Amino acid sequence: MNLIPTIGIEMHCEMKSNSKVFSTSANTYSKHSNNHVSALDIALPGTLPVVNLECVKKAILMSSILNCEIPEMLYFDRKNYYYPDLPKGYQITQSHAPIGINGKIEIPYKESTLKIAIHDIHLEEDTAKIEHLMEESLINYNRAGVPLLELVTEPVFHSKEEVLAFLEYIRKIYQYTDISDADVKRGQVRCDVNISVALENEPLGTKVEIKGVNSFSNILLVIDAEIARQKELIENGKKEEIKQETRRFDESLGTTVRMRSKIDAIDYKYFVEPNIPKIKLDKTMIEQIKNSIIELPLSRMNRYKELGLSKEDIMILTKERNISDYFDECLKLGRDAKKISNWITGIILSYIKKEDVSILDISLTPKELNLLLTSLEEGTISNKQAKEIASIVLNEHKSVSECLEKENNQISDDKLLDEIVQNIIAENPTQVEAYHNGRTNLFNFFVGAVMKETKGQANPVLTKEIIAKYLNKEEE
Amino acid sequence: MKSIILDAQKKEKNALLEECKKNILENQAQCNSCVTIIEDATTKKETSSLLSNIPYVLKDNFSTKGIETTASSNTLKNYIPPYDATVYDRLNQTGAILLAKTVMDEFGMGGTGTTGHTGTVKNPWNLECIAGGSSAGSAAAVASGAVPFAIGSDTGDSVRKPAAYCGIVGYKPTYGLISRYGLIPFASSLDHVGILTKYVQDAAIVANEIKGIDSHDMTSWDSSQIELPSQLEKDISGKKLFYIKEIVDIENYQNPTEELRIILNQFQEVLKSLQELGAVVESKSISKDLLETLPSVYTCISSAEATSNLSNLTGIIYGPRGEGKTIEEIIVNHRTNGFSPLIKRRLIIGSYVLQKENQEKYFENAQRVRNQIVTIMHSFFKEYDACILPCAASIAPKIANANDEMKQDFAVLENHMVIGNFGGFPSITIPSSIVSNMPIGINLTAEQKEDEKLLNIACKLEEKLNFKGGL
Repeated sequence: MNLIPTIGIEMHCEMKSNSKVFSTSANTYSKHSNNHVSALDIALPGTLPVVNLECVKKAILMSSILNCEIPEMLYFDRKNYYYPDLPKGYQITQSHAPIGINGKIEIPYKESTLKIAIHDIHLEEDTAKIEHLMEESLINYNRAGVPLLELVTEPVFHSKEEVLAFLEYIRKIYQYTDISDADVKRGQVRCDVNISVALENEPLGTKVEIKGVNSFSNILLVIDAEIARQKELIENGKKEEIKQETRRFDESLGTTVRMRSKIDAIDYKYFVEPNIPKIKLDKTMIEQIKNSIIELPLSRMNRYKELGLSKEDIMILTKERNISDYFDECLKLGRDAKKISNWITGIILSYIKKEDVSILDISLTPKELNLLLTSLEEGTISNKQAKEIASIVLNEHKSVSECLEKENNQISDDKLLDEIVQNIIAENPTQVEAYHNGRTNLFNFFVGAVMKETKGQANPVLTKEIIAKYLNKEEE
Repeated sequence: MKSIILDAQKKEKNALLEECKKNILENQAQCNSCVTIIEDATTKKETSSLLSNIPYVLKDNFSTKGIETTASSNTLKNYIPPYDATVYDRLNQTGAILLAKTVMDEFGMGGTGTTGHTGTVKNPWNLECIAGGSSAGSAAAVASGAVPFAIGSDTGDSVRKPAAYCGIVGYKPTYGLISRYGLIPFASSLDHVGILTKYVQDAAIVANEIKGIDSHDMTSWDSSQIELPSQLEKDISGKKLFYIKEIVDIENYQNPTEELRIILNQFQEVLKSLQELGAVVESKSISKDLLETLPSVYTCISSAEATSNLSNLTGIIYGPRGEGKTIEEIIVNHRTNGFSPLIKRRLIIGSYVLQKENQEKYFENAQRVRNQIVTIMHSFFKEYDACILPCAASIAPKIANANDEMKQDFAVLENHMVIGNFGGFPSITIPSSIVSNMPIGINLTAEQKEDEKLLNIACKLEEKLNFKGGL
């Protein structure tokens, strides 16, 4: 039997914003509990929601990126259900008129791309967080009211690899556009997975939803486990035992377990939120947002490929928007792609990693790097010198021109230094012999002697090269 | 033009406060108007506001920081909010003095004033009668003369009906003129802040002080161009008013009572008074079938919104914590013990009409009928300045007979004021005359945002009727 799995994803992502989506308390990560809580966040009687325009704009931005249709009127719905993490007893979400419907997005997949159909994307609020202890459960309302974007795909995936490629690419877009940090470790991305299995060319099988998967690695496990479960049932002729139901992933069992069947499905009794008047979305504002969309990672990847960069380099350069922007900035200044790429993936990224800083904050800005590489191309400094200067600029926060000037004041004249070195070697035969007999640390004696002779003006790199040339020549 | 507030301003502020304190305690002993009396209320620094040092009472569904706010429900017993409703905040800024939080029908769901957790409110005109609801305590306190004004809330007719039963003015401005922030909701799309006073001018003064756009309420709007007391004395000759024929035609009622006959006759007298003022009064028609849906459309929409609005009452964060081993048990016990049977009935109706399989048939249809009625009213208001109707089919009923079950026979006359809530129209009740030793009222309703015009007509009519039933 050739059984084909079909998968749809609901991806929830916490947005970045100054304040929560309907209240004025801060939307920020906190080590403490319940310190970013307003009257609305704990649903004190009489409080009212006020829509955060920043969140609406970001939602429109994502909707545009996903090529969705944007509704004329913005409004919200109440999704009613009781749970201790839901203080109002309802969640304000968008069910009747999501901020985007019928979208599609092209994502990189293996050597090529996939087009993913988007059912909708909508703006809603997060719930509080419950911590279950041995004897009691505690509720932290800091998360209550944090803006969420829920992105729902059509059932278009047929493997876990496709799903992962999609999630990682969407996550990258969120980060590129600053809509969200999409930090999986902090629980900012959570997914529900819908899976069905059917024979090839047959209609889709019974859909099973697995709720609340909180890491990408678990999504892969969930998909494997659920496909295996459904395949086994079908292969054993127990197809009817696959019920339309909601399940969750049990990490200790490594399988999905039933939460509730369709019959027990919660009726959320959606209706339009009366406290938020319908708002006509301004066409000019939507146009402005659409025009502000930055170049997406896929387009950058394709561009870099045409520049002849390797797959590995492209991956590194497009991992973060700031790195890609840095690279593009250097390209604009006219430098060679491959060379810049080598500089970024080498010395610059290792510095950033070591110091844990952003590429935006380093002293070796694209302009500075350009200056350095120009000197290098013009031959006024050697490759080795260029790297030394880069290191000085990065670590000591000096400017490239400052370093170059210092280099220029040095005696970098090959012939002159050659002469000086020859004289010193001639004047110190004992040391030369001792060096050849294994006292290699005497190398520094010669360097010191040259420096003394030139009052410290000799280019140390060149000096060392020349000394080495003579000492090693004598050896031959 | 009469005004209790302007008269009170002439009094020495400490004397005024002491007098009102004494009054409110007397009123409490007689009528049971208050949930909480602020006995240590003191005079304040004078402000430039007309409400400076004017004592008042506030319905117990407005959030008051540091003062118990119960909405007359056991689910909020001992709940002391940490924040102020915008209305209370603005009144504080004017220097008005809060003397009491008043009894209401639990969460505003009722029209009798008999369902609050602290007991029934009695009508100061006759202690055997209801004050009407849900703003029962606010109406009784103003009617007894205890305070110059009271704040209430109006979802169906909860300010205007008790005002009629108690012989005072009840004004519900255009939706959004006054912020609802901090008003414990019953049905958000129908809830309005309302004002209860003895005279129209006082209602205009109070509303003018508390109105205005509020960053906490997205349904509030900028009314800085509106000065509510500014046009009260304008001549109303040439103004065009209409009444709805089907509502005031005695032929439409089976088994009309003698009281109903008198009320409808009195209404005709009021129309004559208007004509004497130079106003034109004409009859308009809305199909009886449509009018008869009003109570069920209201029940459907208000119960649905209430079911959702009251879902925050779980006893987890505030309110008395329910007993139980699991979270479900705790919530179920809190709600089972906290809500009265009447509330439970509404919550069940609300839940029922919102269910997926019922929503189209009940909730959606109710919204359609609501829109249809509002559209008809808009079309009438294109031609007319206001709608005029009697407030109720009877005087305040006896407490023993009071219940919230529909009086089917006179349902249309008893429930038409809900049209004001459906459309967010400004609507005001003023006392018109005495029937069987009890007051009856007249209701005026105008197009949205025409509050100035409405108050003008009400004020002139008030002057003309010269109601002399003051207690």
